[in-house]
Amino acid sequence: MSTDGGAAHAAPLMGQSVPRREDARLLTGHGHYTADVNRPGQLYAVMLRSPHAHARLRAVRTDAARQVPGVAAIYTGAQLAGRIAPIPTAWIPPGSELALTDHPALADTTVRYVGDGVAMVVAESLAAARQARALIDVDYEPLGAVTSVAEAMDPDAPRVHEGVAGNVALHWRAGSDPAAVERALQDAEVRVRETIRQQRLIPNPMEPRAAVAEFDAADEALTLWVTSQNPHIHRLLVAGVLGLAEHRVRIIAQDVGGGFGSKIACYPDEVLVAFAARDLGRPVKWVEDRREHFTATTHGRDHVDEVVLAGRRDGTLTALAVRTQANLGAYLSTAAPGVPTILFGLIANGPYDIPVAATEVYGVYTHTTPVDAYRGAGRPEATFLIERLVDRFAHEIGMDPVEVRRKNLVRADRFPYTNAFGITYDSGRYEEALDRALEHLDVGAFRREQADAARQGRLVGLGVSTYVEMCGLGPSEVAGAVGFQGGLWEHALVRVLPTGKVMVMTGISPHGQGEETTFAQVVADRLGCAMQDIEVLHGDTQLVSMGWGTYGSRSTAVGGGALSVALDRVVDKARKIAAHVLEADVADVALEAGRFAVRGVPDRAVSFADVAQKAHLAWSLPEGVEPGLEAEASYNPSNFTYPFGTHLAVVEVDPDTGETTLQRYLAVDDCGPRINPMIVDGQVRGGIVQGIGQALWEGAAYDAQGQLLTGSLMDYALPKARWLPPIETDFTETPAPHNPLGVKGVGETGTIAATPTIVNAVMDALGSLGIHHLDMPLTPERVWRAIQDARAAAPLGAAGAGEGGGMRS
Amino acid sequence: MMLGAFQYERPASLDEALRQAAAVPGARWLAGGMSLLPLMKMELADPPALVDLAGVADLVGVQEDGGALRVGAMTRHAELAEHPLVARHAPLLAAAASQVGDPQVRHRGTIGGSLAHADPAADLPAAVLALDATIEVASPRGRREIPAKDFFLGPLMTALEPDDVIVAVVVPQRGAHRQAYHKRPHPASGYAVVGIAASVLREADRVASAAIAVTGVASHAFRARRAEELLTGQVMTDALLAEVASVVASGQEVWGDLYASADYRRHLAGLTTRQVLERLWDDR
Repeated sequence: MSTDGGAAHAAPLMGQSVPRREDARLLTGHGHYTADVNRPGQLYAVMLRSPHAHARLRAVRTDAARQVPGVAAIYTGAQLAGRIAPIPTAWIPPGSELALTDHPALADTTVRYVGDGVAMVVAESLAAARQARALIDVDYEPLGAVTSVAEAMDPDAPRVHEGVAGNVALHWRAGSDPAAVERALQDAEVRVRETIRQQRLIPNPMEPRAAVAEFDAADEALTLWVTSQNPHIHRLLVAGVLGLAEHRVRIIAQDVGGGFGSKIACYPDEVLVAFAARDLGRPVKWVEDRREHFTATTHGRDHVDEVVLAGRRDGTLTALAVRTQANLGAYLSTAAPGVPTILFGLIANGPYDIPVAATEVYGVYTHTTPVDAYRGAGRPEATFLIERLVDRFAHEIGMDPVEVRRKNLVRADRFPYTNAFGITYDSGRYEEALDRALEHLDVGAFRREQADAARQGRLVGLGVSTYVEMCGLGPSEVAGAVGFQGGLWEHALVRVLPTGKVMVMTGISPHGQGEETTFAQVVADRLGCAMQDIEVLHGDTQLVSMGWGTYGSRSTAVGGGALSVALDRVVDKARKIAAHVLEADVADVALEAGRFAVRGVPDRAVSFADVAQKAHLAWSLPEGVEPGLEAEASYNPSNFTYPFGTHLAVVEVDPDTGETTLQRYLAVDDCGPRINPMIVDGQVRGGIVQGIGQALWEGAAYDAQGQLLTGSLMDYALPKARWLPPIETDFTETPAPHNPLGVKGVGETGTIAATPTIVNAVMDALGSLGIHHLDMPLTPERVWRAIQDARAAAPLGAAGAGEGGGMRS
Repeated sequence: MMLGAFQYERPASLDEALRQAAAVPGARWLAGGMSLLPLMKMELADPPALVDLAGVADLVGVQEDGGALRVGAMTRHAELAEHPLVARHAPLLAAAASQVGDPQVRHRGTIGGSLAHADPAADLPAAVLALDATIEVASPRGRREIPAKDFFLGPLMTALEPDDVIVAVVVPQRGAHRQAYHKRPHPASGYAVVGIAASVLREADRVASAAIAVTGVASHAFRARRAEELLTGQVMTDALLAEVASVVASGQEVWGDLYASADYRRHLAGLTTRQVLERLWDDR
């Protein structure tokens, strides 16, 4: 028996920009997405969705539809009542007075948003299913609808759910004692207040949602291929909703084409498909189309925040009060209650040392698509409001926004730092990131250019945002304390095969983040084997023991933590075997570059692969050592991780059109050590683009009747590459002291930082006109109108910008 | 999104195409399909048959024909955008074609398809209006010509009869005119929020003639006649440009949407016209 050995590599792979191993598969059409799954004898499902935001279902007549050749079944809410449990809400923040309501998989008596499921058609072909759907005759009695929190909270407003007064789904507070906050605000030298609207966004991963279900009646076993960011959570919830035994449910989410939070939730659709597969005894496939996605998949953000920030004239911030109304949509999606509370309200002070701070949140039902996590989930909203208010404060006291930030950033010697909401930031050198950013962009020189530009009637602005994120979710005890109905630890299993090849099973569920590559880098370094000898497997509950999935920038921090501990255990065991082979003391044997060698006697060595072989042969193992070479670990982090950074942007606003042009974007981020700088860079850039999207282009809009006016990619503007400047990135490196790899997470930082950076830049450009805040997105018309109004209000000739476009004749 | 069932024909000649279309009431021409197929996928159109004109060789290409360019109806936008004859004699048409949709759309979509669809915010309607083009049409009853100014009647409404097919677009050669098309695209759809096509003949300091067409602003593309009258024969001055800008959309029912209100569109139409004219005036 021979092994090819793990080709030892000299240079560590940690910190190397190893090309993503998943790309060859994904970019050449060889990925295995849910829509690629086809099972013998499968049926096709389509959903009939409500065209009304709020209506009573007087009748759903399916007789004609059932006559269409090839129709296997048509399900309505009335038929399913009692056969499928309500779609669950899995985050119940304590003290939030959560008004839980039933969310039926298909509406039984009432539809509550445009897109709410009314019926499911299952047929031999997609064409037959669609044809039958068109023949379902629904008798709707349209009712009044509310789409905004302001409307919904009116006592006379139509109720989304009977018995929920004022449509208030939750009311939650955190932070300093209200009396102390009131006193601090009263006593302050300076107070600035602003109403911040953070518009609703519509996540649009490349791959829409899909589900394929197959039921084995003999074994009472369900296999569900589904677009999921967290297969084990899906297993738990789908089993519960359908009354199946958890061990007889297998969830497979092998390749998932992005999620941004929208594939965390357990949706009615996948439950319905699984139900039909069991009911009909045949596999059933459902694939969402893009237009359907706009109303049927969860949305993000949608806040109105009343914010007061107080401080002294020397720039010191002393108190913050935030009162938020968060639109949660028609039903409480899986994680929805936690997003505008725990993930938002506990970090509203951002990276600043503000001694007194409080948040109060109303979560509100409306007749709109449910709102849940979207890239950053709560933390972008928190960062946006504090970053806007710090700029307003700086303007109020006549200090440069950069200097106000510098004065209030939590100093490096204050870590671990506990904020006014009681959470403890692990580590940080916030000022170093700020300084690094300023090395790339000379603010003094910019201000001179800005003044020169102003004299030519040009509006140029610089935006800055310093941010901190709470991620790497998270300590399970804290998950429990904040009402998350699950753990947030992570699991890894490292299995070394007889040939020295390595299989890693991880409970995270990457869907674009590249952990097949980064985790292999970690393994390669630790075991000294080659990348090609390592396989990282995920996304199948039959393959992976347990896991909580990918969201909250947790995969590398928590999943990587589990991997690191499991690798330690593998190495420990292998070292015992190596010492036995080398007839040396275990303490004298060390693994280096793929070989166990006796300290001081480099010739006395055995390769890792040989040890693996001997472990499996088990012909001669040391006393008490079991055959085989594998180890698993469950890593429960002791704290969240807190990446941070400083972003800068330079923009120019055309006063004649209101259009914003991005001239520079510069990001300095600190996510701890970077396993793969290229992948980190990609995450940062992608995040930034999504954040800029909210600032300038994206925004869902409903009309008064609750119709989504931005229901397609022809109406809803996602960022386009040609609108973006070259993005400059740089990094500082402050490890998370409690994390085995020191890593902090980087999937959401760009989105968190970019939105306020851009809005601050545009407001800086408009500041000379007396414009200090505008709602997002900063569309050309909105900005143009503000300029028109400012000019109309200003005394003649006082406005900062003259007529644009020098005239010629 | 998927298509329902329909009959598909791919004739090799115009006569065959006309016969096939006549055989199925409600049949539609497929001339690139960049608008029709999305409508069908959204279940907003459900034609029983599509007669694909892509196989009719006579309908493709650009030729000089007397003092005009004859552009086959099935000529793709990408070809128009790069065709040397178009660049020389009708640069405005090339500029408009180069800004339609995205590269995929420009390689599938055709001038005939775009004009027949008559989207109120499409680019090519403004170009053919400003160039005083003539649209050649065939039907089982024979051939006829429709001047561009009489062609666009409303949103997705034209002077075409149901069995008409566009054969060619005849564009007068106006090499001496300065031409430009400037579009402010909608950030999601890429269609014109405002598109201004202008063709101006300069004689010394005066405007000898001016044609200005506007798209994206009203129910169909239109000529800004009042602006043209103000310009014709006049010395170009700031004051004149300001006046021209203020009347570009006069007499039109300017529409608004979520992205750009009627007021803002009217403002952009004036501003863009002024910027286009300034640029043309200083050219060369």
